Amino acid sequence: MAPGPVGGRVPLGIMSVPSTTPRPVAANSVWPRLEPLLPQVTKPIQYVGGELGAVVKDWDAATVRWALMYPDAYEVGLPNQGVQILYEVLNELPDTLAERTYAVWPDLEKLMRAHGVPQFTVDAHRPVRDFDLFGVSFATELGYTNLLTAIDLAGIPLLAADRTDADPVIVAGGHAAFNPEPIADFVDAAVLGDGEEAVLEITSIVRQWKAEGCPGGRDELLLRLARTESVYVPRFYDVDYLPDGRIQRVVPNRADVPFRVHKRTTMDLDAWPYPKKPLVPLAETVHERYAVEIFRGCTRGCRFCQAGMITRPVRERSITTVGQMVQQGLEFSGFHEVGLLSLSSADHSEIGDMCSGLAEQYQGTNVSLSLPSTRVDAFNIDLAQELSRNGRRTGLTFAPEGGSERIRKVINKMVSKDDLIRTVVTAYTNGWRQVKLYFMCGLPTETDEDVLEIADMAHEVIRAGRAATGSKDIRCTVSIGGFVPKPHTPFQWASMERPEVIDGRLRLLKQAINADRSLGRAIGFRYHDGEPSLIEGLLSRGDRRVGAVIRRVWENGGRFDGWSEHFSYQRWVQAAAEVLPGFGVDLDWYTTRERDELEVLPWDHLDSGLDKDWLWQDWQDALSEYEQDDCRWTPCFDCGVCPAMDTEIQIGPTGQKLLPLTPVNGLKLPTGAQQ
Amino acid sequence: MPVAFSQGFTPHPKISYASAAPTGVASEAEYLEIGLREPVDPAALRAALDAALSPGLDVLDAVVATGGGLAERIEASRWRIELPQVEPELLAKAVAAFSAAEQVQVERMTKQGRRVFDARGAVITIDVSASSVTPSGASAVPCAILELVVRQVTPSVRPDDVLSGLRVVAGLEPPVAPKVIRLAQGTLTTQGAIVDPLDADRDGATIGGH
Repeated sequence: MAPGPVGGRVPLGIMSVPSTTPRPVAANSVWPRLEPLLPQVTKPIQYVGGELGAVVKDWDAATVRWALMYPDAYEVGLPNQGVQILYEVLNELPDTLAERTYAVWPDLEKLMRAHGVPQFTVDAHRPVRDFDLFGVSFATELGYTNLLTAIDLAGIPLLAADRTDADPVIVAGGHAAFNPEPIADFVDAAVLGDGEEAVLEITSIVRQWKAEGCPGGRDELLLRLARTESVYVPRFYDVDYLPDGRIQRVVPNRADVPFRVHKRTTMDLDAWPYPKKPLVPLAETVHERYAVEIFRGCTRGCRFCQAGMITRPVRERSITTVGQMVQQGLEFSGFHEVGLLSLSSADHSEIGDMCSGLAEQYQGTNVSLSLPSTRVDAFNIDLAQELSRNGRRTGLTFAPEGGSERIRKVINKMVSKDDLIRTVVTAYTNGWRQVKLYFMCGLPTETDEDVLEIADMAHEVIRAGRAATGSKDIRCTVSIGGFVPKPHTPFQWASMERPEVIDGRLRLLKQAINADRSLGRAIGFRYHDGEPSLIEGLLSRGDRRVGAVIRRVWENGGRFDGWSEHFSYQRWVQAAAEVLPGFGVDLDWYTTRERDELEVLPWDHLDSGLDKDWLWQDWQDALSEYEQDDCRWTPCFDCGVCPAMDTEIQIGPTGQKLLPLTPVNGLKLPTGAQQ
Repeated sequence: MPVAFSQGFTPHPKISYASAAPTGVASEAEYLEIGLREPVDPAALRAALDAALSPGLDVLDAVVATGGGLAERIEASRWRIELPQVEPELLAKAVAAFSAAEQVQVERMTKQGRRVFDARGAVITIDVSASSVTPSGASAVPCAILELVVRQVTPSVRPDDVLSGLRVVAGLEPPVAPKVIRLAQGTLTTQGAIVDPLDADRDGATIGGH
């Protein structure tokens, strides 16, 4: 055979003739009933499963069976790291099986209801109700209505109180689980914090309980989970309310159930190098890359950032583990893109060596490397330069978050206007034609002026960029997100701004950007309306009474609330107006009302490690525009997490370097892809 | 697999599919071409690809293309369409009307909007299969089976277009969704038989790396 030049055409024919190995169908599979429905729905491939990395195990050989759900469409849910990690960790246990399920689109939901097909897993198409545990990972509260659809389609009673031993135990996880009260009626348990070890502990409790012959049924199992002090079982807690609607107290209603439930923290990320066998989707998804988390936690202290607060302390993965994970992940999956993820990737103690080492290793290949860049400094551009050695420039995003110096002090985002302009101009002079600037609107104490300063900033960026490059061919995009106060942050007491005010500010900002037509033409403007943020605010700081609103919205057809084409503000407002007055509260009470120091918050009994007094002090510091340093580089400021959780900061540098890769010859067969 | 990539700012792997079956249609005969950077044993390539693909997506053979693109070797497809709850006799009448027509105009929504085209000209043979099920007892359910050989033309005439044609000429409306399977693709002999497009390359001595 005549080898062609690299990149030339050396065609090979691949042919498929009658299949000799039909797809194995599990005994409890709904596939025969599902398959005829698929030609009638959009993107049927998302329901088929069988991806590289997917695992189908023998049902009868497993003792503990998990269905794992990301409550959004397959295209969003499949790339989710959390679900992929737990899927792999659980399936590595010989007596445990885990399968995945995603939210089905309304077209399939309608057909499933008409034909009696239950919520199914994509791996072996088994009914979700057949599993022992149904774990649902919530990155955002806007997935709550999809949870109800899945429970209902599965044939599981909507209310936890109505479930029997024939139903799986529904466990919520993910960041939203740090306040699961709005879904307390619908889930049986919630796990706070890192999932890797939590799922193993839950699995061993279920295994033991089954081995004993399931003594005491569902109630006993839930009690055993609650006794770990790291699994929250809402039914074992009563909430009392004051006449004015505030919470009086949340107390256990059973003996030997802890007063507070603590978050899980997985230490030593080098010992948990997952995902090793990333799922390779068959349908198009939002991210198609090998993502490796280079560290977990963040102590930058941005006061709006729930992720930064609840994932402390910082735990780095070492440069060598990251290098090894990238090599093995790419080899297994065939992905051509690598994302080095974390809450602030440029802060890894060895990020420079990591980026140059990986760039060196993959130079001349089709692998592209990317870093979610939000830190506003020239170092970020150095890293991006390293990563673009293969010729592919990844986008640059800088996140000053607030428009004015004043509001940046309130949110503790320590970036000056000069820093930003210098950084963006450096990007332009290094060949980037376009950068993205990310801000928030609706922040505590914000005025129109704070937001209008975004326009000045964008104008100056373009002006300085044109001067430095001598070119008019540079652009920036101003992207605005709506602020939502979240539990376990210093802003958990803050009032939200009304959507009309937010929308008004955004209108003024747009006018201000376009006030100078020459500069305005070089500035893109993207924003979200204020309305969805208000509803997210209701759900994130809601208590158990909000569950009735979620249910009403769902009954009225609410689905996929994270999708603007499906979200209906009106439906939420109407449901809140119908349901909440019965409790003596309303939508404003949950959203635009500022809380005072002594109010019992719905999540006070859930321990993220953060000291509530420290949070309150940080809130007061925010109001007096006082900034807080990062404890990685300055002394501990007593947020409370390390002593409360018995953890510590784990950072490098290790001093190690990445070595050149030895080229692998021959074709590789994926191992353990399908069983 | 040492896949070759296109040049340019966003390189793409060189993989091209020849007349892929439409979504929702089963197939026993799909073909694609892959550009490689270096010689590879086709048998090893077949095994590696098959291992990476989902169960049910089976890669059965790979040959080194010695000349000519795959697209030129795919002139026609053979299809089988199962029509549950349709009486074979009814289908036979519709087929007779379709066959007798010079042209049958059908319409389909495409990405470019609504298109009207002839579904008859591309159909080489259209028959009601002898394996159709005629209800014998009171409870038996009929199932008519249609066998088609359709020429590869532009715009392509798909099995659902032929079904639309049967509706146009004879008002045939299947009560439930038909099951469509592509059985073969390839070059067309004068007798109307379909020849495996890889046959031409299989005659050489390069199969399976000797």
